Amino acid sequence: MAKVAYYPGCALEGSGGPYDKSTRVLVKELGLEMENLEDYNCCGAMEVKNIHPMLQTYMSARNLAIASKLQGCDTVMAPCNGCYRNLKQTEYECATSEETMKTVQDLAEKSGDPVYDGDVRSLHALEWFMEEVGPEGIKSRVKKSLNGLKIANYYGCMYTRPRQIFPEKDQGPGSESSYAPHFMDDLLNAAGAEAVDFPLKTACCGGAHTLSDSDTSTQLVLNILQAAEDAGAEVIATECPTCHSGLEMHQVRAEVEFGIKTNVKVIYFTQLLGLAMGLSPRKVGIPDNVSDSMDLLAAKGIV
Amino acid sequence: MAIHEKTLIDPDRILQHDHLVVDGVDVSGSWNTMISPRTLVDYEPDFEKIIQSYGGGENVHRCWQCGSCTNSCTMYAQNVDFNPRYWIYLIRLGLKAELMKDKDIIWQCVSCNKCTNICPKDVRPEGVMKATAHWLEENGYTPKTLSTHFDEEFTHQCLEYGRIEDTEVMMGFFKRSGQPLVQTWIINFGKNLSKHMPLGQLAKMGLNVVFRPKTKSWGRTGEVLAEYVKTQKEAAHHG
Repeated sequence: MAKVAYYPGCALEGSGGPYDKSTRVLVKELGLEMENLEDYNCCGAMEVKNIHPMLQTYMSARNLAIASKLQGCDTVMAPCNGCYRNLKQTEYECATSEETMKTVQDLAEKSGDPVYDGDVRSLHALEWFMEEVGPEGIKSRVKKSLNGLKIANYYGCMYTRPRQIFPEKDQGPGSESSYAPHFMDDLLNAAGAEAVDFPLKTACCGGAHTLSDSDTSTQLVLNILQAAEDAGAEVIATECPTCHSGLEMHQVRAEVEFGIKTNVKVIYFTQLLGLAMGLSPRKVGIPDNVSDSMDLLAAKGIV
Repeated sequence: MAIHEKTLIDPDRILQHDHLVVDGVDVSGSWNTMISPRTLVDYEPDFEKIIQSYGGGENVHRCWQCGSCTNSCTMYAQNVDFNPRYWIYLIRLGLKAELMKDKDIIWQCVSCNKCTNICPKDVRPEGVMKATAHWLEENGYTPKTLSTHFDEEFTHQCLEYGRIEDTEVMMGFFKRSGQPLVQTWIINFGKNLSKHMPLGQLAKMGLNVVFRPKTKSWGRTGEVLAEYVKTQKEAAHHG
């Protein structure tokens, strides 16, 4: 079993609180072990690279080095797509460019930080659950079936793009697909849900410009919400805090500013899996979501 | 490189023949494919090199104009004037004046990376969009965009504390960009948030504002990174 450091990132300790809460209780319930990545720094999200790309590379390298050098972990697990993508990008840049690796190591020495040397891998929460538990493992642990709840599984941009930085994806059966990801579908279907045929799995929610170009973000989010409803979904399952808050925020904004109402609920996949494991809605943070799904979950007999 | 120049079919270049008969066939009308010969003199030979010196623009020279970037582009689906393939073409040929026609929308790139994902030549068009937007701003062709204000506030907090705090980034961003914090949809969102959220979570987010999360061991890291960026930018633009 991998020795895993858990990297929640800034979002999960702020507005993505329910994702953090549900991840922690789910991990415990599944009998997995992880330790907190100690005193981590921000991954730089999508912003710092626009000031200088090396900032993003270094900040992720520093987190990887903390995990391996200070905590003796071989794996960093991040539930946030932004954190995960930046960790993968750093792995890729350092593995393919000696110059980048050297710059990263020089900066670490100058700063008195632990030095990254490529001996640690990063995983998304989805990948970790697939690796350690898998659909069969979920099936055998289900205490409360998701009762055919119709779900549009939404993966967003950063879980699969650009595919160059995810060498383990697209490796045939068992591996994740970068153009039609399915890990979340697999896990939630195993918990009794019914994945609808959702064409916008990897569409963009406009997260980068949620505040700086709100109208574009609202349009992009509406595409996703309406496509999910057209596909017959009652719930959009998310696996990224930025996507999740983007969907919640712009669902409200579309109604207030443009009078366009959508009813599909937005729930983190860890919350859904937690419910299926028999955890209470409060324990997995369902009431902490802005999107109010309690009535639906009760009507479906899930809570 | 093939010619894909939109200016050639601009309205003012369309030839109009009200009465034109060729070999007994009436071919009167608009002839937008008949192009008057001309010589381009207003191009900037170093434009490609300039964009390459901005972060993200390094690979722009690799483009062979297949158009996969525009075809996959999230923003192109919103607005057909948002055309990364065309802008890359203009950058490579140094046709600055033509690029200026779209200067106010380039910053809208949402960084979804569909272009960088699909590009067969590793041009990394998403980076080229950012590089171009920064070049436009630094040279005063466009005002500082909201997006750059956000990037700067975010990066400032990262370099200072090692971490960001949601509410503080938002407040800082609204302040930097001179926007009102009181917008109807934000108030409604806030109401929804506090309607459902248990006191514990609200209190936690409130405490985050007062005792902002920091990376304790951040130490010299922020200074070292800021110094590195400064040196790199000086070398790129004055070297």
